[in-house]
Amino acid sequence: MTTIKTHQARQTRKSGRRHPLASVALIAIGLLFTGGAYAAFSTSTAVATTDASSQQTIAEGEKLFAANCATCHGLSAQGSAEGPSLIGVGAASVDFQVGTGRMPMQMQGPQAQKKPVQFTAEQIAALAAYVASLAPGPAIPAAELLDAAGDAAVGAELFRINCAMCHNVVGAGGALTEGKFAPAIENVSAQHIYEAMVTGPQNMPVFNDMNISPENKRDIITYLKYVENNPSPGGLALGSIGPVAEGLFIWIFGLGAIVALTVWITAKSN
Amino acid sequence: MTTTSTRAPSNGQTVETKKTGGFTAAAANYIDERTSISGAVKELGRKIFPDHWSFLLGEVALYSFVIILLSGSFLTFFFQASMAEVVYEGSYPPLKGIPMSAAMSSTMDISFDIRGGLLMRQVHHWAALLFVAAIGLHMLRIYFTGAFRKPRELNWVIGFILFILAMAEGFTGYSLPDDLLSGNGLRIIDGMLKGIPVIGTWTSFLLFGGEFPGTDIVGRLYSLHILLLPAIIVALIAMHLLFVVVHKHTQYPSAGHTNQNVVGYPVLPVYAAKAGGFFFIVFGVVMLIASLFTINPIWNYGPYDPSPVSAGTQPDWYIGFADGALRLIPPGWEFVWLNHTYSLNILVVLAVVGLFIVLVMVYPFIEAWITGDKREHHLLDRPRNAPTRTAIGAAGVTFYASLWAAASSDIIATHFHVTMEGVIHTIQATTILAPFLAFFIAKRVCLALQKKDREIVLHGYESGRIVRMPGGEFIEVHQPVDEYERWKLVSYNDFKPLMLRPNAQGKIGAAEKIRAGLTRWFFEDRIAPVTQTELDHAHGDHPAAITDSDRPSEITDK
Repeated sequence: MTTIKTHQARQTRKSGRRHPLASVALIAIGLLFTGGAYAAFSTSTAVATTDASSQQTIAEGEKLFAANCATCHGLSAQGSAEGPSLIGVGAASVDFQVGTGRMPMQMQGPQAQKKPVQFTAEQIAALAAYVASLAPGPAIPAAELLDAAGDAAVGAELFRINCAMCHNVVGAGGALTEGKFAPAIENVSAQHIYEAMVTGPQNMPVFNDMNISPENKRDIITYLKYVENNPSPGGLALGSIGPVAEGLFIWIFGLGAIVALTVWITAKSN
Repeated sequence: MTTTSTRAPSNGQTVETKKTGGFTAAAANYIDERTSISGAVKELGRKIFPDHWSFLLGEVALYSFVIILLSGSFLTFFFQASMAEVVYEGSYPPLKGIPMSAAMSSTMDISFDIRGGLLMRQVHHWAALLFVAAIGLHMLRIYFTGAFRKPRELNWVIGFILFILAMAEGFTGYSLPDDLLSGNGLRIIDGMLKGIPVIGTWTSFLLFGGEFPGTDIVGRLYSLHILLLPAIIVALIAMHLLFVVVHKHTQYPSAGHTNQNVVGYPVLPVYAAKAGGFFFIVFGVVMLIASLFTINPIWNYGPYDPSPVSAGTQPDWYIGFADGALRLIPPGWEFVWLNHTYSLNILVVLAVVGLFIVLVMVYPFIEAWITGDKREHHLLDRPRNAPTRTAIGAAGVTFYASLWAAASSDIIATHFHVTMEGVIHTIQATTILAPFLAFFIAKRVCLALQKKDREIVLHGYESGRIVRMPGGEFIEVHQPVDEYERWKLVSYNDFKPLMLRPNAQGKIGAAEKIRAGLTRWFFEDRIAPVTQTELDHAHGDHPAAITDSDRPSEITDK
């Protein structure tokens, strides 16, 4: 019974949609459609790539890449055991990773840490242009999306729903598994916040334009900048990490001060 | 008397009017003639309270409660305990136009649009944290000094119930604004209720008036928070204080302090002034903290919505131990039986935390049963002189602290750059092992300190003065301890393990055996207080009061 069945299956697989090359063809068609759709939707991609894609910049970026990044990412950015492929990650990803100092990575670890930026703005732009020239990907966002002049209330609600479970409600950061963490989003430029959302660096998921529209990303940035630029109405915020800080504060400083005062009150006069 | 009442204080009469007492005496007389209060004032006013900083911790709790009552009354003027949906149109931009409950909206208005509202909210919340913390510290003082012994066992139970009620007050109050953080806390309560077999789901539906979160819970918690719980707390505080008056205050062992007297200052005028002033000091500290430091920034958390949870979501500190216990349970602790899921991950927490609470509450009775001590105790124990009790306390504190720390596992992970799993596994280990370690260390430290006390009583302090003997030997001169200090060091109760004795029927029951075993465990390792004989013996041929002399023959060290 079983042998007959497999025999039949083997026969039928050879033709039509069971053909060995069918899946390859399917992927090719799928890629064509998604790529076409992506190009059609994300107009900013086209705008940005034309900006920084002069052949000279790309060539300069390629040299920088070969000298600083190729060890892990491969000479043609195809990736290696040490680092992922960068084909199709886009200029936004390069600008975020290199622009926040996360790349070049200091050492392998649960995730790349923020550190002092290693390259000048021109060098980062050249690197970004080179990586963007390899394949289309998320581009560096346009300035009008980064002005932090959107609707803070909408941004706050979106942030609570999509981001707060890792980053905390005001972006104070939070723990993830196995030593990974969601960093605090304080003093991060609007451009880097936007790029993080579209590229999903480290352990962060990608929030593409279908998921959160560019306008809503602008709202989220508006909320984060509001929180950053307006001190807590209640006084010092104790790190905005919630009741743990408050509890420690009342035990150490509140009750500590009170106990010191009780000692003073009951002290015998000399 | 009649003359004083006819003389008004402002009628220009000079010195002799004032000598009779003037307005104060007249008013006091007026009140006394109508209430006969002078008897009570005479009695209470001459009540003696001993002076020690640790005796003021309970007062801190009381004063925090008064601050909570005052600030809370202010908040009730503006808070709306309703879950009706409204659109926020107040002055905090990041929430403008967002639908939320009237409770959240009115709390936002208190914070941003009512003059002094935010300060009062912060005073209320900080005072609440201080209230429970002060109760905790007060309880530790009572425990480690043995102040819960006869006749004060019932007052310990009342105090402990007050502690539980304070936590209930805290939790109900914290849930009222209907913000994201407190909603998550309620969701945990809901989950714990639903984890109880058979009655869980029904209880949850009863509490929330249907499926969580419903539209009833804030109103119900409000009734509990401002009506029922405070009424019970006020009544119990009154009983607690009445017992303090009836029992008289305990005092630390010291020269002149005995089980029959109380050495200290009278309530009037000294203690009334001190305690009254201390109220304003506590109020001032709370005000200062509340005006400088944010607490519970609900504008950050936003309105409750069952879908989002913020990173770093924790309860207020006093609920932390329960939250930590939930976090410590390893994954997969549940099983299915007869088509129902039994959530051991919740039931074990409820059982362990419940057992811990009950054990703490009935500890005075357990200890009294083990030691068989039926005497009254008005002199406190120095913690070292009750090594097993102190060790049990240290183990309990360690256990509680482990659970408490577990509630901040994620904050520990991010702030100390360690892995979340590492933190949880470490705390799982400390929760089980550290209490044993703490017990052992605390007991050894107590015994070592007792030995040191013995050494000091018998041989005095090392004076640092080295004397050369005629034979060439060098010895250090020891300074004998003075009489007052010696009293403190030698006057403590010494217990021996109980003898196993047959009862009237000539039998030895199982309970007696257990009890004898427990007393052996309690008192086996003990350092007996120095006796007069030992004292005389230690100083050989000269009386103890003699200080060191230059004559080498009188140096009698060892």
